[in-house]
Amino acid sequence: MSVHDEGPLLKVMGVTKYFGSRVGCRDVSFDLWPGEVLGIVGESGSGKTTLLSSLSGYLEPSTGTVKYWMGQEGLVDVGRLSDPQRRYLMRTEWGMVRQNPREGLRMRVSAGANVGERLMALGARHYGKIRSEVFKWLDRVEIDLGRVDDSPETFSGGMLQRLQIARNLVTKPRLVLMDEPTGGLDVSVQARLLDLMRSLVSELGLSLIIVTHDLAVVRLLAHRLLVMRNGEVVESGLTDQVLDDPHHAYTQLLVSSVIQP
Amino acid sequence: MRKQLVLQPRIKETGLQLIKGYNFAYLDEGTKRMIRRAILKAVAVPGHQVPFGSREMPLPLGWGTGGIQITASLIGPDDILKVIDQGSDDTTNAVSIRRFFTQTTGVRSTEKTWMATLIQTRHRIPETPLRAGQIIIFQVPIPEPLRFLEPRETETRKMHGLSEYGVMYIKLYEDISIHGHIATAYMYPVMVHNRYVASPSPIPRFDNTKMNRMPALQLFGAGREKRIYAIPPYTTVKSLDFEDHPFEIEKWDHCCALCGSGESYLDEIVTDDQGGRLFVCSDTDYCQERRAVGHKGSLPDAVKMAITRVKRGD
Amino acid sequence: MIVIDSLRKSFFLHLQGGVTLSVLKKISLEVKAGECLALCGPSGSGKSTLVRLLYANYKARDGKILVRHQGQWVDMVKAELRKVLEIRKLTIGYVSQFLRVIPRIPALDVVMEPLQREGIAAHNARRHAEDMLTRLNIPQRLWGISPTTFSGGEQQRINIARSFIKPYPILLLDEPTAALDATNRRVVVELIQDAKERGAAIVGVFHDEEVRDAVSTCIFEMTFDGGQA
Repeated sequence: MSVHDEGPLLKVMGVTKYFGSRVGCRDVSFDLWPGEVLGIVGESGSGKTTLLSSLSGYLEPSTGTVKYWMGQEGLVDVGRLSDPQRRYLMRTEWGMVRQNPREGLRMRVSAGANVGERLMALGARHYGKIRSEVFKWLDRVEIDLGRVDDSPETFSGGMLQRLQIARNLVTKPRLVLMDEPTGGLDVSVQARLLDLMRSLVSELGLSLIIVTHDLAVVRLLAHRLLVMRNGEVVESGLTDQVLDDPHHAYTQLLVSSVIQP
Repeated sequence: MRKQLVLQPRIKETGLQLIKGYNFAYLDEGTKRMIRRAILKAVAVPGHQVPFGSREMPLPLGWGTGGIQITASLIGPDDILKVIDQGSDDTTNAVSIRRFFTQTTGVRSTEKTWMATLIQTRHRIPETPLRAGQIIIFQVPIPEPLRFLEPRETETRKMHGLSEYGVMYIKLYEDISIHGHIATAYMYPVMVHNRYVASPSPIPRFDNTKMNRMPALQLFGAGREKRIYAIPPYTTVKSLDFEDHPFEIEKWDHCCALCGSGESYLDEIVTDDQGGRLFVCSDTDYCQERRAVGHKGSLPDAVKMAITRVKRGD
Repeated sequence: MIVIDSLRKSFFLHLQGGVTLSVLKKISLEVKAGECLALCGPSGSGKSTLVRLLYANYKARDGKILVRHQGQWVDMVKAELRKVLEIRKLTIGYVSQFLRVIPRIPALDVVMEPLQREGIAAHNARRHAEDMLTRLNIPQRLWGISPTTFSGGEQQRINIARSFIKPYPILLLDEPTAALDATNRRVVVELIQDAKERGAAIVGVFHDEEVRDAVSTCIFEMTFDGGQA
């Protein structure tokens, strides 16, 4: 995988999304560099998910641009890509891990087929190779290989989330967007998932945007942090800086509200 | 009006009465023209599903109303019609459709594949190779091959438009994972002219190879789903497969018990409640033609007669 | 290696009615390669705050923190975030009072991570980590266990191992021996001496006077009102 070091992989400039007169997110700007993990925190309704959807092209921003580094073509405005180009990007270089794994998986086909699908979508037509790649990824996300042909309906929440990650990462994307990936999981499963994501980031050199309300998760994973409130970014910086020396009133409230176990 | 004049004598030959008060082939000429336009479009874009204004027919949906409407819009007084249902000319579905056209058009019908100009079929392609100039019309229940993985019509159209066919391999992948080989036995998806993936209707995968570069025109009609698609003569049709699990057709350890053919698609017939069974050709016309020129199966002649009667439903 | 010029830091507490706490007022100092500067002063005089500012864990209000990184001076106060991350990766090692790690990752992996991040082969990194853990008397049976289950002293030694495994040109030590027994204190003193000898610039807060006297080359006195003596 060729990683370019000279510039950001993603350049977000003034992204604003209105729903009628209501603000989803307003004037969000940031750069994401290759290999970087960006956390976006804030309470429910602060516009985190809206921002993520606007980045992925799932929602069209009302104003502002999202540019993505496409190798020789340089930084390309994602909003101006043609539909086929955007769809191609979404199943090759981008991954999207949804809060509810059922939305990100095909629940009616086997776990193995869920992982293999993106390979087949990219033209893989050798069953043996697809199968071994599927096994490799199930092993990577610690799903018992004996479950490869089982329906995801029989999986626990943590397994579903890991399966969703495998499904997204099998084509080695460069950018993965995660929406509350640890939401609704018990703590031991969360720890396992965090460990997995950390090692994937360092091994594959992928860039990650992780939306969560869990400050512990971003402290352990994210290099940089955006704090959102009412659709706007109220504070940003290095993760430990924002959490240990918060300046904005809302960030101070957020940090002081965490219950220490 | 010329049609009526030509038709009168033939009606007498069949013994069926031409039903008065209906248009030739039941549908009005405007509707037929609309359907023919859809067919032309379908022929121009092989494998692409063209929407059409499907009409209510005097047969229930699911009985082949898509195929019937195509046949009705194409049939002329000089045509010779063959109707088959799972290879047989005389099951209820085939008989009803044949009678419908005979009574509304007065055209001749035949059981002989080589003699027919139009062949409407449910679930089979005849064993006798079709020739240039013939038209085979398939009755299609579900025209959309992507449907089982993607319920949204807007999305499947986009997937066809962008040739996003990776999901088609999911079913084949699961087959191999579970059965060790591709077990999809019918409605086995095909790639038409290297562009559109299409459903060949519920024919056995045995018949898929016949679709490739067929000299006859293949038309597909789905009445309930309101879609028509086509494979023009001599079009490349490839069954989807994996490099290491190439497409294969079914094989039997038996030959036809009636005509001895080792190359046709066989039906299994249970003969008693002791586990006795026979394998005979699914294509009744093909089987009879072979027997007529002296081919013999393993069964004694008396039993053959009985089976022929059973298959005919006498 | 480090030059601090007129550094000021205050905290504005929104939740306590908008109180401003001025912690550091006009601090200036300099640390050269091979020196170990010990920060002294009463509790609350801003020793830890200064260390955290050096690591850019806290944001300075104004002033300069110049750090020699890859042969160039970089101002930690104004540097881009990416630059700060790079400096942390390559130039500054930091032993904080807390160990923050993802649960479930074994101690050995935690210790070897700074080497792996730099692209050093796993088996080499592992050997170094094993040496370091042995030297700090972490019993081998704990190597495969997550440090989140460790005692305070053990966690502190993991933190130390992690920061001393790589020859960082600059080391920041915030109470590195607070929870350690005499034997392990001696090991840490040795490690610091070694680092000085190879030319590291060190800034530390040492509560333990014995340790401070053993390792420091100069003392920086801080006063309670946030100034320097």
